[in-house]
Parts: sequence; structure tokens; C-alpha cells
Amino acid sequence: MQRIGVFICWCGSNIAATVDVKKVAAAALNEPGVVFSADYQYMCSASGQGLVKDAIREKGLTGVVVCSCSPRMHEATFRKAAESCGLNPYMVEIANIREHCSWIHKDVAEGTEKAVILMRAAVAKVNLNQSLVAGKSDVVKRALVIGGGIAGIQTALDIAEAGYEVDIVEKKPTIGGKMAQLDKTFPTLDCSACILTPKMVDAAAHDKIKIYSYSEVESVSGFVGNFTAKIRKKARFVKEDLCTGCGLCTEKCPSRKTPNEFNEGMNTRSAIYIPFAQAVPKYAVIDPAACLHFKTGKCGLCERTCDAKAVDYNQKDETIERKYGAIVVATGYNVIKLDNFGEYGYTENPDVITSLELERIMNAAGPTGGALLRPSDKTHPQKIVFVQCVGSRGQRPCDKPYCSKICCMYTAKHAMLIREKYPDTEVYVFYIDVRTPGKNFEEFYRRAVEQYGVHYVKGQVGKVAENAGKLRVYGSDLLMNEQIVIDADLVVLAAAIEPDESAKKIATMLTTGIDTNNFLTEAHPKLRPVESATAGIFLSGVCQGPKDIPETVSQASAAAVKVIGLLAKDQITCNPCVARSDELLCNGCSSCEKVCPYGAITYIDKEVNDHGKREVRRIASVNEAVCQGCGACTVACPSGAMDLKGFTNKQIMAEVDAICR
Amino acid sequence: MKYSYYPGCTLKTKAKELDVYARKCAEKLGVELTEVDDWQCCGGVYTTSRDEIVTKLSSVRALNNAKERGQSLVTVCSACHNVIKRVNYDMANDAFVNAGANNYLQLATPYNGETKVIHFLELLRDEIGFENVKKAVVNPVKRRISAYYGCLLLRPGNVMAMDDPENPRIMEDFISAIGGTPVVSPYRNECCGAYLAVTDPAVPARHCGYITDSFKAKGAETVITACPLCMYNLKRNSGDLPVVYFSEILAEALGVK
Repeated sequence: MQRIGVFICWCGSNIAATVDVKKVAAAALNEPGVVFSADYQYMCSASGQGLVKDAIREKGLTGVVVCSCSPRMHEATFRKAAESCGLNPYMVEIANIREHCSWIHKDVAEGTEKAVILMRAAVAKVNLNQSLVAGKSDVVKRALVIGGGIAGIQTALDIAEAGYEVDIVEKKPTIGGKMAQLDKTFPTLDCSACILTPKMVDAAAHDKIKIYSYSEVESVSGFVGNFTAKIRKKARFVKEDLCTGCGLCTEKCPSRKTPNEFNEGMNTRSAIYIPFAQAVPKYAVIDPAACLHFKTGKCGLCERTCDAKAVDYNQKDETIERKYGAIVVATGYNVIKLDNFGEYGYTENPDVITSLELERIMNAAGPTGGALLRPSDKTHPQKIVFVQCVGSRGQRPCDKPYCSKICCMYTAKHAMLIREKYPDTEVYVFYIDVRTPGKNFEEFYRRAVEQYGVHYVKGQVGKVAENAGKLRVYGSDLLMNEQIVIDADLVVLAAAIEPDESAKKIATMLTTGIDTNNFLTEAHPKLRPVESATAGIFLSGVCQGPKDIPETVSQASAAAVKVIGLLAKDQITCNPCVARSDELLCNGCSSCEKVCPYGAITYIDKEVNDHGKREVRRIASVNEAVCQGCGACTVACPSGAMDLKGFTNKQIMAEVDAICR
Repeated sequence: MKYSYYPGCTLKTKAKELDVYARKCAEKLGVELTEVDDWQCCGGVYTTSRDEIVTKLSSVRALNNAKERGQSLVTVCSACHNVIKRVNYDMANDAFVNAGANNYLQLATPYNGETKVIHFLELLRDEIGFENVKKAVVNPVKRRISAYYGCLLLRPGNVMAMDDPENPRIMEDFISAIGGTPVVSPYRNECCGAYLAVTDPAVPARHCGYITDSFKAKGAETVITACPLCMYNLKRNSGDLPVVYFSEILAEALGVK
């Protein structure tokens, strides 16, 4: 018989306001095996843990039930406390009476009744708990960073600086991401390329960093410390070891009509191309959808032009398998599509553009060579209207409910730069609120208003109508309480940002959480903002939520620290709650092997002693280092041979019985 | 194909063409429209006051009549369509309006928004199909035509659920189906000024001015609409640009005018 102690936490008023903790403590004493119960204001505090430790020592407890918050929060805390005074940590169970009870109920009588039931189930389980010993597994001292924007680059550089190997996998032909497309950065107005490209070069030159550009992660298996990733290197049709990046082929290529992705489709590129002058790695790539050789079998001009003999039309996709100890997701964002925002006429009018398109127009390497010319007739716009919150903070199905966070600041930047360079231009900004929390951000915005005379109008735009070569903008000025009409030459939409479309697929592949907006979910919104809920998977940059460059870089470095902390260990403790096969019950049917998502089960021929009868049988064998304890095999096993340590069928039935009692 | 049909009062007086040609076209396209029994005026405007139940009752009676026949309810006037569809939405989604109307009417079985309300344009698009309309055309309307939606036909978008209220295409597709060339203006879904024609005619004059100016600038030869009030305002302010009901131009294309 166990000697069990039950500890009920108030969690301040989080639990105690809805659950009568004294009643739960009293009820616990009626449960089989319970020899002690206590309640305390904050059980997770040092003195609360002390209460648990003292009881273990003084009452000689063999099992502990803590009725508190979710086990995701403090299971480890209490297990550690128990271990410190000699109790096996797996003899501690948590009854979640906060998230599963007090937070979702209002009535104290009902809340208390449910808390008692949850306590009872946990006690019933602990009565059947057995001491478990965790094994160790080796850590592969290499990290994988998915995404090569500023977030991925910074994370990789920091990990590499600590002396560990890092691979960056970037789906585009070059690293650099969105930041490479930006002209200037707020609030200091330094040139984006000038601060980014040295980092891109550093990443490429670092002996610990390997860049897989134009590549995608196809699948990931394994677990923390020991992941295996399959990376598909897409065929560039250019040999990376021979291409010198001279760009001669791109000049000779006769197919020149493909919209240039780097310039947001505002000019065209050749079929064989280098995304931009500072691309890293600087190798040409052939777009087979545009290439005449692939479409007609003729041409071959680039192959003949290339002195280095780098063009290879027969190149195939290549799959590489690499092992990693940790994975960082840095997949970034995209600007939303504006097809469903008919009121702004983005799809109909070339002079209605997104802010990212304006970045390219203002950039010296952009489609206009940095001159502010509107797309339709290449004239200088005299009157420009900026519209903020396009698709952000909205209620309609096409809207995003969240604030995209970066738009207020980059719009102020655009307005200021335009007024600086072209003082004869009138600039209007329609806003719902101007949000400028950040160091030197409010001062920056005030400068746009006061020093540069940008007209800020509080209100939204209801319609943009093309009218005799101008764009008639209908808006409301909420402070003046009047409708205003502006005949603009250019309208710039601060379109919402959303996670890259690959985020969902990657989250599924890594079995990590994603929210309703497809942002990856952090393990804790305040205290673990760069870790995912899955061990060994970390988050960097906008894939986790909208953020600007300084914030992205901070998070990227934070993620790197977490990775370094993991890679610095030679071995990590495994989860001992893994599957176990009873060799006498196993009939060798392979059902478990088929359902195991981790490939942890193999079949072996083994001599067993079945009640004195010795024979060699084919039985299931679990690789404890690979098993993640998901329990799929225990459900699939027809003979009941498979069981999960720490969550045995007997324990679960005992919990169910206790709940139904 | 059998449907209940709600013409509305303006279609019996000022806007006879809208009604007459809609019926002729329906017959030509093999659709049987049966008028709702003893229908009354929809009220003309959907009242947004929370406790205004009385003005919604005539719509509920018409909707219930169609429900008893087991038919969908077809409308053709934008204003009637807007009122009836929104009342129907309330009966299905607003417990207060539902209880008030049902308490008053004391129907054999309470009405809870069961009837499907479809505008004649939706009948053409979703029930008959524009491709079948196209096949029935004997006299293609080879003109440059602008569709004028006005505001009532599409808004509020989530209730009317006919098309994207900011960038619609149902009438443009209709124009293509009858052999015309759609001419798109950004003003096609702006308000004509509506009932301000009574109190301050300068407002509809101004609105219709820039609406029709835009149509003309884009090269439209004809404007079509589904709303008698839009028709009234546009006609007075469009100068020499002809404005006709969509049903009339359909009748022309189908050879039943």
C-alpha cells in the first residue's frame, strides 16, 4: 500500500476563488492510501515546495498528488522537489484543478465537486505508480535553421559563434528574406541592404554554417537531441561548384518576361537569373517555367555563354539526410493578397500599390532606380495617400484580427522619406490608431508630423476610384467629423502580414502548435517565448507573431541561446514513460510496428520462458531512446501486450473508475 | 422550376417594365413564377430600430406563404429584396425579432427563416445558370453596358450573400451572357442618393453625376439596374446615357420584348 500525500494549491485566488480548497483537502483523507493532506497559497513557491518535501520526509510518503495548475506548468517543479528528498520523481502526479476546473467554472459548489473528483482520479493513479528511471540519449551537436531571413541568419550566426555547426535551409535561391527587399529601416533610416548584406556574407563565410539555398525540409523524424531531417535541394540547373555568379548568362537569356519576384513583380527578369546583386549564395538559377530550352528544347544560349560550364539542364532534385540536435523555425511572413479588398481597387489600378512595392520603388536597385515614379505612367506623384490597417485589425472574413505591428512605423518612414526627397509632394496618412511603442519610435512618428508636415487623418478609406487618371480617395476624418475626398496620384496600402504559407506544413511536420492565424505557438506566452511546446523545436522571428527587425533579431538571438544550451549537453535525459511489450502476451502480429510514428518498434526472435515452456518467439521490442510515449501502440495491440510506463492501462482504468465512483 | 414571386408595389406602378419583362423572361427560360398570395408592400426600407417589428410583418407573411408552398421566394426589385432578405435573416438569427413577429402573427407553425430568398439575378446565375441563359439568347445585345448595382442589392454583404459588395461581378457576368460587353466603373456600387431625392435633390444629382460621368468616361452605351429608385435618380441625372432595367435588356436578348 502506498503512503500518499495530497497537496492542494490555492494559486492565490486563481483556484481558491472557485474551489473550496479546505474541502478538497478534507476529502483527500478519505481516499485509499492517503495519509496526509494540506493546502497552501502558492504550492510552487519555495515554502510550498518545502511543505511537500517536509511531508515526504516526516510522513514517509511513497506517493504525492499535487492539485494545482496544468502539469505542463509545474509537473517538473514538483518532481524535482520530490527527487531532492529521495522520492522517485515519477511517484508525483498532478491533478489539474486550475485550467481544467477553477478557470472554467464560476460556481464554487460545482468547482469544488469537480476538484475532488480530479484529486480522486490522481490518487487512484498514484496508488498504482511505479518508480521509473529515465535513460540518457546522446545529443547531435548540430542545429537546423529553417528559413534564411534576418531571423534565421542571426540565429545561425549566434549558434555558430558558440562553436556549433548550423545548417540554414532556405527555399528561395538566396538568403536575406524580406529585409533584403527593404530600402531603409526605421527609426534610424539606415539602408537595409547595408546592414543586412554583411550578415549574409558572414553566414556564408562562417566555417560552422552550411547554407542549403533553394532547398526545402521535406520531413523530420526523431526527437530532441536526435532529429533526422530530409532536405530536398531543388534543381537549379546550374552547378553550384562551377558557377562564379558573373551574371553573363542572365544578360544573354532571351526569355525576359517573367515578373521579378524580388521587385514584387514591378519589372521582369530573365529565365536564368540571380535574384539580386548581393544574393548569397550568388549562383544563377534557371526557372524552367520560363526557360525556352525547357519549353521548346531549343535555345541553350546560357549553356553556350557560360565559360565556367556551370549550366546543367539535366540536373535533378537531390535529397540529403542530416542529423540535428535542435531545430529553429524562422519561416517569416508574407504580405496578404489584396484580391478581396475591392474598396481599394488594388487589382484594377496599377497606381494602388502595397508598402512593400513602394519599398522597391524607393530602392536604388528597384524597378525605377530609386526614383519615385508611379507605375502607370512613370510620372512623379504629387499627392500620395497612405492607408493603414489594410486587412489588419478587422472583423471581415478577409481581414486579420491582429495588429500587424510594423505598418505604423514603416508608413511614417515612407511619408518622411518622400517629404524629405520631394518636398513638393503632399502626403496623407489615414490611420485608425498610430501605434509606436518602441525605443525612439514615438519621436520618429512625431518628426513625420511636425517636422515633415505629413497630414495624418484619423479615419478609414471607404473607396478608391479611378477618375480621369487620378485616384479619387473617399475617406472620413473622424476628428473633424466630415467626409473627405482627395484626388491622389498614388495610393499606398499598408497590407497586413501573415505567416509564410509553409508555416502550417512545417508545424505539422515538427508536431508543434499553431494558432488560428497560422502563427507558431510558443511554449509559454510570457516565460518561454522562443521555445515551442515540442522539445528541441525553437521559434525565431515573425513565424511566431508580427514583429519588427530589432525585435526579430532579439528573438533570433534568444532562440540561439536556447539551442546552445541544448547542444552544450553531451546527453539529455529521456522520457521514461515509454512503451513496453510483455513478451509472454505478444503474439508477434506487427500491429504496433505499423502504427508507431517514430519507428521505435522492431521485431526480434527471442527465447521466452512461458510457464516453464522454453521457446523462441517473434516478439515486439521497443527502442526506448526513440519511443516518445504517444501510446498509439498500446491501443493497437490486440493481445494487450503493449503498455505505456507511467500511463499503464491499469492506471488509466483506475482513474476512470475513480471519476465514475 | 417553380418559385414563389414577390413583385412589390413599385413594380405595379412606376417600374412596370422591371416586373413585366422579368415574368416574360422567366417563362421563356422555363421558370414558373407564382405571385405570393395577398402580398403587401415590403415597407420600402429595412428599419434598423431594434424594437421595430410591425414594418417587418409583411415580409414575414410573404416568406411564410412561400414556405407553405415549399418554394423559394424570388424577388426582382433591389429594395424589396433587401428588406425581405434581411427580415428573413432576422427571423433565423435574431430571437427578439422572431419572438415579436411570431407572437403577433400567430401562424399555424412559427416562421423561423426557412424560406430561401433569391434575387432574379441569382435565379439566372445559380438556378438556371448563365451558360443556359447564353444558350437561350436569340438577339445578342452587342453593346457596351455598365452595370449599376447601387447599395441595396449587395449590402450588408454577410446577409445578402450575393456577391463581393466591394468588387461584384454577377451583373457583369449577366451582361456577358446576353452578348454585351461589360464596362466596369468603380462607382457601380456607390449610392445614388436614394430618398434624398425628396428632401434634397442636389445630393442625388451630385452622386448620379459622378456615377454616370464615370460610366460615360469608360465608354458605356447603356446602364442597367435592378432598382426602381436608382432608376429614378439616374434617369433624371444621366443626360443622354440610357438607363434600363436588367430585365428589359434580358427580354430584348431573349426575343420576348
